[in-house]
Amino acid sequence: MPVREIAGVQVDFDDEGFMTNPDQWNEDIAKVLAEEEGISELTEGHWKVINFIREDFKEKGQPPTIRRMNKVGGIPTKDLYEWFPKGPAKKAARIAGLGKPQGCV
Amino acid sequence: MKKLLILGAGTAGTIMANKLDQHLLRDEWQITIVDQDETHIYQPGLLFIPFDIYTRNDVIKAKRDYIPQGVELIMSGIELIEPEKNRVKLSNNKILSYDYLIIATGTRTQPGETEGLMGDGWYKNIFDFYTLAGACNLQKFLKHWQGGRLVLNIVEMPIKCPVAPLEFLFLADWYFTEKGIRDKVDLTFVTPLPGAFTKPKAADILGDFLDQKNINLIAEFNTGSVDSAANKLVSFDGREVEYDLLVTIPTNMGDASIERSGLGDELNYVPTHKHTLRSKAHENIFVIGDATDLPSSKAGSVAHFQADVLTENILLAIEGLPLQEGFDGHANCFIESGFGKGLLIDFNYDVEPLPGKYPLPGIGPFSLLQETKANHWGKMMFRWMYWNLLLRGSELPIEAQMNMAGKMR
Repeated sequence: MPVREIAGVQVDFDDEGFMTNPDQWNEDIAKVLAEEEGISELTEGHWKVINFIREDFKEKGQPPTIRRMNKVGGIPTKDLYEWFPKGPAKKAARIAGLGKPQGCV
Repeated sequence: MKKLLILGAGTAGTIMANKLDQHLLRDEWQITIVDQDETHIYQPGLLFIPFDIYTRNDVIKAKRDYIPQGVELIMSGIELIEPEKNRVKLSNNKILSYDYLIIATGTRTQPGETEGLMGDGWYKNIFDFYTLAGACNLQKFLKHWQGGRLVLNIVEMPIKCPVAPLEFLFLADWYFTEKGIRDKVDLTFVTPLPGAFTKPKAADILGDFLDQKNINLIAEFNTGSVDSAANKLVSFDGREVEYDLLVTIPTNMGDASIERSGLGDELNYVPTHKHTLRSKAHENIFVIGDATDLPSSKAGSVAHFQADVLTENILLAIEGLPLQEGFDGHANCFIESGFGKGLLIDFNYDVEPLPGKYPLPGIGPFSLLQETKANHWGKMMFRWMYWNLLLRGSELPIEAQMNMAGKMR
């Protein structure tokens, strides 16, 4: 498992660049991961999504779907695609320090 | 008389009725089960209907025949669950009170959730196969289809039996090869997930499975709408996928009565404690099978393993004892891979599907994450086990909790 030092913290990643321990996450790490995803600045909207994802993960144990971010998080799907272009569920989960959305196999 | 009420006589509800009938004393407990359909569908069999392997009659039986004599069966829809009053209003206006309630109302496909999906193309060149009508109509369509672009689309996750879409594609590859038109059929898998195989071990071992079978993949595609006139899928971010034949897995949602009763999440699934199966909101309500909001797979094997745990916990709850945290997310699924072969996966909340052997006394071992003929026969044999042992709540030689024996890290 690759380990990288980001903002002075040793952070564990899987082979695809997703963090494997959500407890290591902090806001500085989020900023670095966001840049790697082509998002140069995290706006208020981005943070709303990231905070919702982290809160929801604590309750449900998996990253939320787009529907859940919409219905429960109150984040319009259009905005999600604007803030996290192309793959919002996967991109936002990575920046929030979680694994990628998975199926069962 | 104390009352135990089960809502839903599908796989989970029927197993619970049988198990509790074996454990609760008849002069102390009245067990009642409610369902709106007379017909029990063997849902794993729906996959085989479009390809002429099973017919309608192979997958249906009367629900009544699987409810034990001592259990009262009421045929009705469910209007409203009123947990504060410990009662349920049925669509037939009857009111049932309960001491303990088991919610086993399952999940259903909701094509109406996607704009345009049920438009002009519905059951003309757009089909689902998670319903009996969809599977049977698709069988008729495929019989005379001359080829073109077949798109298999998962609208959004989570869905019941998450491996069935892959199995459909593998069987389609085999079916069109047998028909001699495989070169005229383009098979494309369109999924909201990042890939066909997303768990590390499975992705490692089965990574090139789609390529080998000449199946195209379009990943991270979140379906926004379907344009029936132009025969194309459109994603939320404006990507388009054209099709000649669309086989869709529509949005899956829990029962509308859950929503009406204010007991569900955004997909009408009931928030449930992941190890005890007790409802998070109410002490005397338990939830089983597809109706839960748990991250375990929505599959019959899961309902079966949960039933072992839930039976024990209902008995403990009745005695006023602490519940067992016995459910570990265990699922066990044969994956049909075409040409008379299959794969087997066995996993839980914490352990992803791993390779190795799966010991099964008397029948096994089966190979895990590996294509074998034995796995195919395991899958075909399972139908008999389902009707004769599983639904009736008999003991099977499979533990509710996942076992590491035979698995390789």
